Amino acid sequence: MIVASDLSKRYPGGFEALKGIDFRIAAGQLVFITGHSGAGKTTLVKLIASIERPTSGSLIVNGQNLSALRRSALPYLRRNFGMVFQDQKLLFDRSVLDNVLLPLQIIGLPRRESIRRAQAALDKVGLLQREKARPIALSGGEQQRLAIARAVVNRPTVLIADEPTGNLDSESATEILEIFAAFHQVGVTVVIATHDQSWVARYCPNVLHLDHGRLP
Amino acid sequence: MSAWLAQHHAALASAFRRLLATPLTTFLSLLVIGIALTLPAAGYALLDNLRELGRNASGVQQISLFLSLDASKKEVADIESRLRSAAAGKWKFVPREDALKRLQKSEGMAEIVASLPRNPLPDAFIVEPANTEPEALEIMRKEIAGWPKVAHVQLDSAWVKRFDAFLKLGKLALWMLAGIFAAGLILVTFNTIRLQVMAQAMEIEVARMIGATDAFIRRPFYYFGALQGGLGGLLAALLVGAGLHLLAAPVADLAALYGGSFSLRRPGLLETGVLTAAGALLGWLGAQLSVSLSLRKFD
Ligand SMILES: Nc1ncnc2c1ncn2[C@@H]1O[C@H](COP(=O)(O)OP(=O)(O)O)[C@@H](O)[C@H]1O
Ligand SMILES: [Mg+2]
Repeated sequence: MIVASDLSKRYPGGFEALKGIDFRIAAGQLVFITGHSGAGKTTLVKLIASIERPTSGSLIVNGQNLSALRRSALPYLRRNFGMVFQDQKLLFDRSVLDNVLLPLQIIGLPRRESIRRAQAALDKVGLLQREKARPIALSGGEQQRLAIARAVVNRPTVLIADEPTGNLDSESATEILEIFAAFHQVGVTVVIATHDQSWVARYCPNVLHLDHGRLP
Repeated sequence: MSAWLAQHHAALASAFRRLLATPLTTFLSLLVIGIALTLPAAGYALLDNLRELGRNASGVQQISLFLSLDASKKEVADIESRLRSAAAGKWKFVPREDALKRLQKSEGMAEIVASLPRNPLPDAFIVEPANTEPEALEIMRKEIAGWPKVAHVQLDSAWVKRFDAFLKLGKLALWMLAGIFAAGLILVTFNTIRLQVMAQAMEIEVARMIGATDAFIRRPFYYFGALQGGLGGLLAALLVGAGLHLLAAPVADLAALYGGSFSLRRPGLLETGVLTAAGALLGWLGAQLSVSLSLRKFD
């Protein structure tokens, strides 16, 4: 459960990307955050994932108020989220499998168990046979699926994706959205930011439509 | 507990991997650190051997104790009992008559001695001190000089004192040298780690955003610094050991020429361990400084 009230984010330099928004996302929901480029989608997604901190207002995730949290508690909160970044942030100096292992190393899972879980996650996105490849050798759609595998390997309660179909052809994009739909089906809360309205009709999600940092 | 162990194990493994990933850089860094540590370590080995040499040579230590000419038999006995109670070591009493006789036996001295109206030589004790530490000798000299009827006390080898002063100076210089090179090692590590943090900016950024603690991010760098410094220290110990090994034969020959036997002491397991640990500690310190400064921009 994610509850925002009067949530604002002002970046250093003074730009106000979010201007006092209120919303509520129930556990297990599928939510789209839509809006024009620069509307504040990425900003909102980063606030939810506790990567950025709100300037004012409150954001309560799983009962914890993000604005009141100590800095040292942030890493542990972040582990509840699976994050697919807009620019993916894959690590190109290591194998596909090692990319997926990173979140498990962070929580200190023993290596054998980690590898088992990483392979299961790669299997879910159809990349198991590419585990030894370098991310650079993957197609755009495969890279996106790798980013998803890394996001879900930790079994997060909330899966967040920022423009996951951004540069993909419609076939790959459909594949990606089917993967998210499958996670939604098994009870994971899924939040997807996208400027592409065409998916909305198809999945009938809850929609937060941002316009210049405001919700209507 | 197992998570904690797994994380430390992973950090150590990652540090090893980073060392092996760039063999040439690693080799050069180790060489720089190794050589930097070799200089003070070699200085230490040198001083250590000189001290050993000084200790061997001080077997010929003597204190000569000359009494006043008017000292009576009873006063001589008093000095002797003082020597005994001071546990001074071994001593020999040389009566003034014996001293004169010995002088007469010397080439060309007989006539001169015969022409003297009376014996100008005093009674004397030749003491071979039990404790030949330079400080102890000096203390004993001062004490004896204060006894009644002692006219003059002579420490027969002032060179021991000079030698000791020289060793002290050498030790000081060595500490300064060690300090400079320790700072050098910290700087080398600092720079290596700074470059690594820059090269891994992406990984650090991602790891932070998906829930890595500060400790998780810093740990591999600490291990890297300690590992690099420790290996450098080990290398230095090996270099010094090898150098002394090469010197061993010539030194033994030289000692034989002076009728002595002296063998160079090489760094043992303890010294090697200390050098390795010192390298590791300094490397860890450099990593600590570097990581603290370099990671600021990720906040
Ligand atoms: N780190 C930042 N510093 C300053 N301004 C930023 C920063 N990130 C985003 N912005 C600004 O905030 C606004 C919203 O950005 P963003 O959340 O990325 O929008 P969207 O993802 O909907 O395109 C934009 O005008 C952008 O320029
Ligand atoms: Mg965006």
